[in-house]
Amino acid sequence: MTDSKYFTTTKKGEIFELKAELNSDKKEKKKEAVKKVIASMTVGKDVSALFPDVVNCMQTDNLELKKLVYLYLMNYAKSQPDMAIMAVNTFVKDCEDPNPLIRALAVRTMGCIRVDKITEYLCEPLRKCLKDEDPYVRKTAAVCVAKLHDINAQLVEDQGFLDTLKDLISDSNPMVVANAVAALSEIAESHPNSNLLDLNPQTINKLLTALNECTEWGQIFILDCLANYTPRDDRESQSICERVTPRLSHANSAVVLSAVKVLMKFMEMLPKDLDYYGTLLKKLAPPLVTLLSAEPELQYVALRNINLIVQRRPEILKHEMKVFFVKYNDPIYVKLEKLDIMIRLASQANIAQVLAELKEYATEVDVDFVRKAVRAIGRCAIKVEQSAERCVSTLLDLIQTKVNYVVQEAIVVIKDIFRKYPNKYESVIATLCENLDSLDEPEARAAMIWIVGEYAERIDNADELLESFLEGFHDESTQVQLQLLTAIVKLFLKKPTETQELVQQVLSLATQDSDNPDLRDRGYIYWRLLSTDPVAAKEVVLAEKPLISEETDLIEPTLLEELICHIGTLASVYHKPPSAFVEGSRGVQHKRLPGSAGSGESVESPDTGSAAGVADAPPAVIPSQGDLLGDLLNLDLAPPTATTGPPPPATSGMQMGAMDLLGGGLDSLMGDESEPPPIPLRTDTPQSPQSPQLSHQSPSPPDYSPTELGGDLGGSPAMGAGFGAPPAAMPASFNAPVSGGLDDLFDLGGGVGMPMGAYSAPKSIWLPAMKAKGLEITGTFARRAGVIQMEMTLTNKAMSVMTDFAIQFNRNSFGLAPAGPLQVLTPVSPNQSIEVALPLNTVGPVMKMEPLNNLQVAVKNNIDVFYFSSQYPISMLFVEDGKMERQVFLATWKDIPNDNESQFQIKDCHLSSDAASNKLQGSNIFTIAKRTVDGQDMLYQSMKLTNGIWVLAELRVQAGNPNYTISLKCRAPEVSQCVFQSYEAVLKN
Amino acid sequence: MIHSLFLINHSGDIFLEKHWKSVISRSVCDYFFEAKEKAVDPENVAPVLQTPHHYLISVYRGKLFFLSVVQTEVPPLFVIEFLHRVADTFQDYFGECSEGVIKDNLVTVYELLEEMLDNGFPLATESNVLKEMIRPPNILRSVVNTLTGGSNVGDKLPTGQLSNVPWRRAGVKYTNNEAYFDVIEEIDAILDKSGTTVFAEIQGVVEACVRLTGMPDLTLSFMNPRLLDDVSFHPCVRFKRWESERVLSFIPPDGNFTLMTYHVSSQNLVAIPVYVKQNISFFESGSCGRLDITIGPKQNMGKTVEGLMVTIHMPKVVLSANLTATQGNYTYDLATKVVVWDIGKLNPQKLPNLRGSLSLQAGAPKPDENPSLNIDLKIQQLAISGLKVSRLDMYGEKYKPFKGVKYLTKAGKFQVRT
Repeated sequence: MTDSKYFTTTKKGEIFELKAELNSDKKEKKKEAVKKVIASMTVGKDVSALFPDVVNCMQTDNLELKKLVYLYLMNYAKSQPDMAIMAVNTFVKDCEDPNPLIRALAVRTMGCIRVDKITEYLCEPLRKCLKDEDPYVRKTAAVCVAKLHDINAQLVEDQGFLDTLKDLISDSNPMVVANAVAALSEIAESHPNSNLLDLNPQTINKLLTALNECTEWGQIFILDCLANYTPRDDRESQSICERVTPRLSHANSAVVLSAVKVLMKFMEMLPKDLDYYGTLLKKLAPPLVTLLSAEPELQYVALRNINLIVQRRPEILKHEMKVFFVKYNDPIYVKLEKLDIMIRLASQANIAQVLAELKEYATEVDVDFVRKAVRAIGRCAIKVEQSAERCVSTLLDLIQTKVNYVVQEAIVVIKDIFRKYPNKYESVIATLCENLDSLDEPEARAAMIWIVGEYAERIDNADELLESFLEGFHDESTQVQLQLLTAIVKLFLKKPTETQELVQQVLSLATQDSDNPDLRDRGYIYWRLLSTDPVAAKEVVLAEKPLISEETDLIEPTLLEELICHIGTLASVYHKPPSAFVEGSRGVQHKRLPGSAGSGESVESPDTGSAAGVADAPPAVIPSQGDLLGDLLNLDLAPPTATTGPPPPATSGMQMGAMDLLGGGLDSLMGDESEPPPIPLRTDTPQSPQSPQLSHQSPSPPDYSPTELGGDLGGSPAMGAGFGAPPAAMPASFNAPVSGGLDDLFDLGGGVGMPMGAYSAPKSIWLPAMKAKGLEITGTFARRAGVIQMEMTLTNKAMSVMTDFAIQFNRNSFGLAPAGPLQVLTPVSPNQSIEVALPLNTVGPVMKMEPLNNLQVAVKNNIDVFYFSSQYPISMLFVEDGKMERQVFLATWKDIPNDNESQFQIKDCHLSSDAASNKLQGSNIFTIAKRTVDGQDMLYQSMKLTNGIWVLAELRVQAGNPNYTISLKCRAPEVSQCVFQSYEAVLKN
Repeated sequence: MIHSLFLINHSGDIFLEKHWKSVISRSVCDYFFEAKEKAVDPENVAPVLQTPHHYLISVYRGKLFFLSVVQTEVPPLFVIEFLHRVADTFQDYFGECSEGVIKDNLVTVYELLEEMLDNGFPLATESNVLKEMIRPPNILRSVVNTLTGGSNVGDKLPTGQLSNVPWRRAGVKYTNNEAYFDVIEEIDAILDKSGTTVFAEIQGVVEACVRLTGMPDLTLSFMNPRLLDDVSFHPCVRFKRWESERVLSFIPPDGNFTLMTYHVSSQNLVAIPVYVKQNISFFESGSCGRLDITIGPKQNMGKTVEGLMVTIHMPKVVLSANLTATQGNYTYDLATKVVVWDIGKLNPQKLPNLRGSLSLQAGAPKPDENPSLNIDLKIQQLAISGLKVSRLDMYGEKYKPFKGVKYLTKAGKFQVRT
C-alpha cells in the first residue's frame, strides 16, 4: 500500500474534502487526512487554508499523528502566526511529559517554528530541557538554542542560554557535548569575536574524551572545533595529535578529513627531528589515498584538499603518484583535479611515468581534458628541468598527430618553455612553422607570432610569415593584433633593412585604422620610439625578459596557510579564504598556522615565520569581501581598496562623467593653452601620443608578465585593460583619470550650469550589455523632493524584445529597498532605451556591506536574472530635517569621543565658504554656524541619515587655499569615509 | 548546517523538497540546472556549486540528484556523506532508491528526513535507530495497521540513541544465531597497450550479516593483517585493539553492516587475474578498421574466472561493428558507441576471442582518440590480495553461533588502454 493514494482528487475540491475528514470523529480517518495534507505539502501544494483544522488534531496521544501535525506546523506557522499561538499550550504541556521522547520532540518542534510569539513561550521549557535528567532531551535542547539564536539572538543572550550551553561542554554524555559544540560553533560563526568557544586545556581534554564515544557527526563537530585551538607547546600538540590519529581510520570520510585538518595544523608545532613527526607524516598518506576510492563527489572534495596538502607538505604523498592516474570513467571534474595534483607531485624521480600518462590522456575523447593534459606537459617541463627535453619531444610527437586543438595547445606551452629555457630548444621552430595554417585560436596564433618575432633572426622567412598574418589584421582578435605589432617591431629592429615597409604597414594599420585604444597607443609608442631614438627602442623592445618561474600556479603562501586551517570546508574547495565568500561571516578572523616550537624549523622553512607576521592582512590576490557580485561582473567603478596613490573617491567615475557632457566644446577651448593638456584618451588626432599607458601590456607573452598587474594598478586606474569594449560605450570611465588642469574649467561650468539642488551624479554603466545577455543598465541615485530615487536607463541591445522587468536588492547597510515595483509597462524592443525612476525607501532588511555604500542589485527580465553592484552617494540618505540646534550641536560635538573623529582633505576646491555652504545645503548638509579665525572660515555643519545617525562636521576654508580640511564626528565612525566622499562629490560639481 | 534538500529527477523536475530551517525558494535550483545543462552528462555535474547567497552540494544516486542547500561554511564532505546516507536509508527502507518509490512513500520519507536532521544537525542516521522509530513499510503491517488502528511510529525512546553502543538495540533475540562475513575485493587497475600494469590497487570490504541474541562481543582475526595499507572501520570496532594486536574486536550492530573497508595500494604487488591481447586499428583510408581481442587467465590462484565481460568505448565515427565471438555474445549500441561482449566463464583451454571489422562513417578520417576497454569479472572463493580470516570468537554470550566466511574478487575500475 503506498502513499500515492493520497493524491487522488475528486471533483468537489480537495481542500473541502480534507477539511471534512480532518474534523471527523474517527481517529483513523483523521490521521489519514493529515497524511494527505502532508503529502500535498511535500510536493509544494498550498494547504495552508487547513491550518486550524490540522492544529485541532494536535492534542492526541497518538505519537505518529502528533509528529505529523508538528511537521505541518513547522511548515506553515510562519504564514499564520496568529493561528500558531493555538498550538502553544499543547507544546508547553508536552515539555512536561514523562516520556523524554515527547519532551524532546516538543522543544525541538517549538524551536523550528519561526514565529516571535511562539519563541517567547519557548524560553522557560527550553531552560528546563537544557537541565533535563535525560541526555536525549539535553542534546536536543542544545541544538534548540542554536535555532533560537538564529531567530532572535538578543533573546538568547539575555536569557543566559549561551552560558548554559557552554556548561554542556562538560556534560557527562558525549552526544550532548558534541551537540553543544555544534550549536556553539554555529552561533560563533555569526559572532566572530564573541569568544564563545573558549578553549583551554581542560575543555580540550573533555572534547577529546567525548570524541571517542560520540557519533560520527559529533566527531566532525568536535574535530572542527579542536582545529581552532592553539596548543601551548609542542608536547600538548603531540598529545592531541596522538589522540586524534585513530579518527583517520573512520569509515566516514568527513571525519577523516577533519582529523587531517587537526593533524596538519598541530604538526606545525612539532619539531621536525622528532620521531613522532615522521610517524605522523607516514600515517597521513594512506587515509588520503583511501578517500580517492570513494564516490566521485567525495573524491572531488578530497582532491581539492589534497591539492592544498601537497603544496604545503609534498613529502606526504610523494610516493603515491599512481593513485592520481586518471581512469577512463572518472567524471570530468575528478579528472581535471587529478591532473592538477599529478603536476604538483611531478619530480625528477617520477617524471617518466607522468609524461607517459599525460601523453596517453592527450588521446582521450574529452577536449577540455586533452587540452589540460597538453598544458600539463608544458608545466612539467618548466617544473622539472631535467625533463624539459623529454617534454619537448613529447609535445612534438603530439604536434605530429595533427589533431587541431592538440597542436594549438602544444604551441602555447612551447612558447612558455622557450621563456623558461631560452636558446635551447629553438630547433623545433621549423616544425612549429609547418603548422602555421592550422592555427585558428587567438591564443595559439599569438603564441606562434611571439615565437616568430622573438627568434626572427633565426627564421629565414620571418618577414614572410608575419606578413601573411598581416593580411587579415582587422579580423584578428586584440591579443593577436598586439602580438603581431610587437613581433614586427622586433623583426624590424633585428633586420632593419629588409623590413621597413612591413613595419610602416603595421604601424599605420594599428594607429590609423584601428579603433582599439590599446592597440593604437602601443602603435604610437613604437612609432615615436622608432622615429626619435632607435637605440632606445632596441633597448626597450628587445630587453632581456625575466625567466618565468615554475611556481606561477602555486597558491600564495599566506593564503595557503590560512586554507590549511580550513581543510575540509567550503573554503578548501574554492581555494579562497572564507571571508572572501561566506555570507554573514564578515570580520571573521583569519586563521593561521601555529608557529613551530623547534628553532631549527625556521631555518628550513623561512616562510612560516615571516608569513605569520603578515597573516593578519588579507592576502592581496583575493577579492575583497562583499564583492560577491562585483566579482561576477568585474564592473565595480573604482576599486575601493586601491592602495596605490591617493584613493580616488568611489564616485569619481560618475562625477567626472559630467565633464564629458561639456567635453567636445572644451577640447577646442583648451587647444591653445600653453600647458599640454592631458587629452582624453579617445582623441583621434595622431599627433598626441601623450599617453601614460606605457606598455602596461608589455610586449612579452601575456601570461606570466610580472609588469602586467602593476601596470593596471599603478597606471591610470580607470583605463583598466578589463574594459575591452569600444570606448564610445563608456565615456565616464575613460574620462575619469583626466585630472588637474581640467578641473578648474569644469568647476566653472559646474557652478554655472548646475541647478542648485541635491547633487546627483550622471548616469554610469551599472550593467554592461555583454554581461546581461543584451540588457544594458546605466543609472544614478538622486534625492528629489525628499524621495530617494534610483534613476535608470534600460537599453535593449539584444535581438529580441524584453519584458517582465523586476528588481530586487540584497540586504544592505541602510536598508534600502524598492518602494514599489519596477515600472516598465511596455516591452522594450531591440535598440530601444527606456528611462525609469524607481523610488526607494529605507525600511528593507539591513546588513553591513563593504564598502558601506555598496548596493547589490538583481534585475530580472523574461530572459534571465542579472546581478550587479553599485555604490550610492551617501548624501542621498541625508534627510531634510538634518539641521541641528546650535546648543545641541555643541553638546553633541563634545559628547562624541575624539576617537570617532576623522579628518579629510578636499583638494582643489575653489568655492568660497558661502558658496560651499549653499551648495551643501542643496544636499541636506546644513550649516549651523560660521566662525572666522585668522582668515580661515570654519563652517559647522550637521546632517542626519535616514536611519537617524547624526554626522557633525567642521569644514575649514582658507581664502586662497584650494584645499579644504574637513573633520567629521559621528557615533558610527564607519560612515565618515562615505560622508567625506559625498562632500567631495557635491563640492566639486 | 544543512538548510534544505531538493530531490530532482533525471529530467530536471523537483519532486520533493524539505527545509530544516526557513524555507528557501525552489528557484535556487536554477543555478544547478544551469550547471547540469552545461555538463551534458549528469555524472559530470560538479558536486559543489556556488550561487550568490547559497551553496549547492549534490550527489547523483540512482538517476536522482540529492541537492542540498547550505548557507554557512559547512564541511562539504559532511554534507555529501549525509546525502549518501539519506540515499542508503531510502534503499534500506524501500528496497530501491528511485523517484517512483519515494513518491509512493512520501509521508514515510518526510518523517525520515525530519528524524535524520534537526535544524540541519544530524540527529539519527543509524538504520537500527531509525527503524525503531519509524518502521519500514511492508504490506502485512499496513493491513494490520488499518485493522487495528496501529501506528507506524514507535513511541518508545530508541534505546540505541543514548547507550554507548548506539548502533545496537537492546533485547535482540534469535532462535538461530548466525554471523556471516563476506570479504569482497575489487581490483582497480589500468593496463597499457602492451599489457603492462600501469597502476593497480585493491579496494576491499568486509560485509557482515550478524544475527545474534543479546550483547555478543566478537573478535575477528586475520592470517595476514599486515597486508592492509589503510583501514576504515565501522564505529563499533575498537581501534586500540587493532593498533596493538591487529584483530577486530567489536559489539556488532544487528543485521547487515559494513564492518570495515581496506585498501591494498599500488606499493604492494597486485595480482592481475587475466591478460588481454588486443588490437584495434583503423585504416588511413577506406573508412574502416579491425578489432581482435583475446582474453586469457593470468594470476588467478587456480580459481575460475566468471562473469567475464568486456566493454569497449568506440570513437564517435564508428558506425557499425561486424564481429565474431568464439564464446558469448556481443552487442554494439549505436547511440552510445559501446561494444559489450558478454563472455561468461573463462575456459583456459579454449580462450575466448572477438574479432572482425569496424566500419566508419563514409569519408570520416581516422579517429583521433583511442578506444578504451573496461573489464568485468568475478572470482568466487578468493580474495586476490591473499587476505584470509583465521578465526572468529564470541564472548559475552553462552550459545554457540553459526559462523561463515565467504570470499569474492571482482573487477572494479579495470581498464585496458589501446
